[in-house]
Amino acid sequence: MSITIEANCPECDAPVQPARRPLAGEILRCTQCSVELEVTSTEPFRLELAPEVEEDWGE
Amino acid sequence: MQIAMLHTRLRTEERLLLDAFESLGVNVKLVDLRTVVFDPSDPGAWARVDLALDRCVSLTASTTAVQVLEHFGVRCVNSSRTIEVCSDKLSTTLALARAQLPMPAVRVATGREAGLEAIESIGYPVVLKPTVGSWGRLVARVNDRDAAEAILEHRDTLGSVRQKIIYAQEHVDKPGRDLRVFVVGGIAVAAIGRRSEHWVTNTARGATAESVDLTSDLRALSQQAAQSVGADLCAVDLLECPRRGLLINELNHSMEFRNSIDTTGIDIPRLVAEHVVSLAGATHQGVSA
Repeated sequence: MSITIEANCPECDAPVQPARRPLAGEILRCTQCSVELEVTSTEPFRLELAPEVEEDWGE
Repeated sequence: MQIAMLHTRLRTEERLLLDAFESLGVNVKLVDLRTVVFDPSDPGAWARVDLALDRCVSLTASTTAVQVLEHFGVRCVNSSRTIEVCSDKLSTTLALARAQLPMPAVRVATGREAGLEAIESIGYPVVLKPTVGSWGRLVARVNDRDAAEAILEHRDTLGSVRQKIIYAQEHVDKPGRDLRVFVVGGIAVAAIGRRSEHWVTNTARGATAESVDLTSDLRALSQQAAQSVGADLCAVDLLECPRRGLLINELNHSMEFRNSIDTTGIDIPRLVAEHVVSLAGATHQGVSA
């Protein structure tokens, strides 16, 4: 039996379900408001707003 | 064999890499650098790591961790030297100049008056770039003296101390796109064009990826560029100059490739994973021998 993993978007409160097993630190996008979210915990599944881009970020 | 993947956030690229390692039957330990404390006099569990693959979006985290890990004797991809050279446009320019590779004209200065002189010695339009920065941030095309003076004053007054380095680059009248070549283990494996209506052709700024032929010239030049900075993995950005042909613009030590897999038909994360496993295997054998 599969268990649905779901948490609410901290920005718009819409339910967010990752397409696959989430990993801590992973970045997801809310399909409702498009905000970037970071998985801060997998058990229990928790989401926070992803950090804003910083000056030294890049490739 | 132990491979660690250093990260500060897990983007699509990191998930694709994890999938690629998994398909090779290799377990990779994820290390969120935001949670790590290093003791420079005690490697601890790091002594058992054969290779650390740096995939940090934060340059500060990358350089800090890789510096310490190399001190512990851990093989890092890329090396601290490569990260240092690729992440600083002036260092990249100097490495390309040493290797006598073609690139746009560059002038560098550290004062406002000298900065203006640097800009005007190239001639308008000119491109001003922060020496450290990515995704096209704070890159400016300067069309005349008024704009040059304004930007230099803003940099001087509002910018960090690093913004006082004036890195002025010749504006290349490219054909609505630049080129990016992915180099893995010294071999150019795929190429894309990055097309945009805007003169900044960065996919992080909305440019779209298109397929381009990896010609022998493009292949050779990209491989030479990667070699000039000692990169195990990198993306080489090139400009097509109507007068001078292919010019190397920038090198990226922690390349993003999510938009380039379908476009090129090349499984870039798989090639990266294979190369990393090969390097880690060699390191592991060296330790065991």
